[in-house]
Amino acid sequence: MGTGMFDYAPAPESRAIVDIAPSYGLFIGGEMVDPTDGTRFKTVNPATEEVLSEVVAAGPQDVDRAVAAARAAYDGTWSRLPGRERGKYLYRLARLVQERSRELAVLESIDNGKPIRESRDVDVPLVAAHFFYYAGWADKLGYAGFGPDPRPLGVAGQVIPWNFPLLMLAWKIAPALATGNTVVLKPAETTPLTALAFADICRQADLPPGVVNIVTGAGDTGRALVEHPGVDKVAFTGSTDVGRQIARSVAGTRKKLTLELGGKAANIVFDDAPLDQAVEGIVNGIFFNQGHVCCAGSRLLAQESIADELLDRLKRRLGTLRLGDPLDKNTDIGAINSPEQLERIRELSAVGEQEGAERWSPACDLPDRGYWFPPTLFTGVTQAHRIAREEIFGPVLSVLTFRTPAEALEKANNTPYGLSAGVWTDKGSRILWMAQRLRAGVVWANTFNRFDPTSPFGGYKESGFGREGGRHGLEGYLDV
Amino acid sequence: MTATAPIAGDLADVTASNATLRRFLHGLPGVDQVGVEARAAALATRSIKTTAKQFALDLAVRMVDLTTLEGQDTPGKVRALCAKGLRPDPTDPTCPQVAAICVYGDLVPVAVDALGDSGVHVAAVATAFPSGRAPLEVKLADVRAAVDAGADEIDMVIDRGAFLAGRYLDVYDEIVATRQACGDAHLKVILETGELATYDNVRRASWLAMLAGGDFVKTSTGKVSPAATLPVTLVMLEAVRDFRAHTGREVGVKAAGGIRSAKDAIRYLVVVNETCGDDWLSPDRFRFGASSLLNDLLMQRQKMTTGRYSGPDYFTLD
Repeated sequence: MGTGMFDYAPAPESRAIVDIAPSYGLFIGGEMVDPTDGTRFKTVNPATEEVLSEVVAAGPQDVDRAVAAARAAYDGTWSRLPGRERGKYLYRLARLVQERSRELAVLESIDNGKPIRESRDVDVPLVAAHFFYYAGWADKLGYAGFGPDPRPLGVAGQVIPWNFPLLMLAWKIAPALATGNTVVLKPAETTPLTALAFADICRQADLPPGVVNIVTGAGDTGRALVEHPGVDKVAFTGSTDVGRQIARSVAGTRKKLTLELGGKAANIVFDDAPLDQAVEGIVNGIFFNQGHVCCAGSRLLAQESIADELLDRLKRRLGTLRLGDPLDKNTDIGAINSPEQLERIRELSAVGEQEGAERWSPACDLPDRGYWFPPTLFTGVTQAHRIAREEIFGPVLSVLTFRTPAEALEKANNTPYGLSAGVWTDKGSRILWMAQRLRAGVVWANTFNRFDPTSPFGGYKESGFGREGGRHGLEGYLDV
Repeated sequence: MTATAPIAGDLADVTASNATLRRFLHGLPGVDQVGVEARAAALATRSIKTTAKQFALDLAVRMVDLTTLEGQDTPGKVRALCAKGLRPDPTDPTCPQVAAICVYGDLVPVAVDALGDSGVHVAAVATAFPSGRAPLEVKLADVRAAVDAGADEIDMVIDRGAFLAGRYLDVYDEIVATRQACGDAHLKVILETGELATYDNVRRASWLAMLAGGDFVKTSTGKVSPAATLPVTLVMLEAVRDFRAHTGREVGVKAAGGIRSAKDAIRYLVVVNETCGDDWLSPDRFRFGASSLLNDLLMQRQKMTTGRYSGPDYFTLD
């Protein structure tokens, strides 16, 4: 990394475009307001540990105000607006996201630690695309296959994770607004800043007050939101543990629930795969966003006949990954989002070694400050190892081998999760054979971690239920 | 060494017959079009600034095969081109020479005379360039004439018709014969990737040319569109990288045609750097076949030193 003749000079994206306030309130009823019973906490840049701003951990009364504002907006304006009028607002939000894309990308990288290359080329363009896509549905709901005039549910309480802060916001808010619901959204405690910037975009778009409310905070705020009796719909993306608690608390209420939880996806490489592209797919599958991806290809299943060659190629490729300043345009691997997450990655990696798997990382200098973990792979992993079963949510790849397609399938499905899978082969019939039998919501063929707003995304088994994206993504927000 | 190439064993058996050669070439790992294009596009977003840009611009100048391949070429034009290649930027003595001057065979003596012992190579296109549609004897005579006239690099074209018809051994034999006709001259094998159409074919043709002894594999004649593209060059670089892992021999890559801006050239160098590493960051292992590219490199180079862009009027046209 950076040790050869052609040493890339630093190419940092300028932070001048973002203007982070020293403290933020809550976005309720179209205004930034001070908390009633909330407290304040600091949000930091995980790449430098620099304090970025102070945000509110909203209390129960704050959540109550937000839900009341959403209810008033639902009853008063939003549910009465014709679909094409809602669509106009969504188009406006999409265009504003595009106009402010550079600012949003820089802010996302500062707050989350992900490389600017990803926030600029993946996250923010997908955010705009998601709003554009659902803007198109707003006046066509009668043709979506849910009856001639499907009705919204009311107030949606939405809790999103820290790995794709703004993109997960878009996945939640765009379909909710398109179908006529109003929302109270809680961003993750470590990554609130782009959601607060989105609050400003809502004001800029003249979105009616209360249609979108944003309450920052940690687990307690989230619990107050999902347990609030005024919420008609709960949507959550995050860990399977928290998802279980939410399912329990929502059980027996009228609330409709969708959950998008963890994963331990298999990335299956057959001996006739395009190997160089498979290597790219493996890298993109597990090292994209530092592996902080619920659908990450964290288990590589390589056919034994090519396993050695594939690993040689993979290791050579990992040697070219550039880890460091997330704002440098040439950075491939950014910072781990929080010290807690870094601790979990370290702990599970240590378990991997204790259980006898062989650990390997390329030569790689980690910055002195901030939270960092080198790209890591484990070979000699079996299905019995914890690192083959538990979600690590970091840049750690477990490499397993198989002999036949049936064995690959069996190993891929032998997990409590079922969010995604990847199949690499030049044989079309084998792709279809595998795709029909893999118990996973998304199966990628000769690619990995590709997202599109038109494509439904969601899990089997303990990876959750309900679909986001596409026509299917409307269903969770309609009374059907 | 662990198995890093698709077949184990001795590569000598591979060319025993058309059937073995075909089996070998078709046994190479496939290339996924979407994947390789995405990889090339991702590498094209690398941001090369300040010292890295200076390094890349100078390296790119040193890698240029300054080319004129027109029916209207004259000794005067070739002499002017040679003067340009020797001193690309007359206002700046630190500006390096180009790698070679590339001309048709009949103009080799002019170039040899103009370049003298400067170290700038004389490359001649031969073997009935650009179509290659001539009897083998004619092609070999073409090569010998250029070498006898003093060319130290020969850019040959492969028989794409034979390749696409699956007569791989014919293509191989022709390259071997050309290699022999070259004597000490370096052989660049033009695949004309725009006519091979698929990335699988580009990888197979690259291996074929390397097995036959080519010193370089070259994308295009410049007479067929598309000429060099970033993903095609990436596939060829992967091939030379794998070939070295298997045989220990380093083969160069030349991207020719359609590369006009310094920005494009730097993107190619990034792909070279991240695919093959330091060993290929040299004019002995990577070349640009270009004419108008040089002036843009010079303009960017001057901008790096003076901080200002000057207009195209300040750079010589040859």
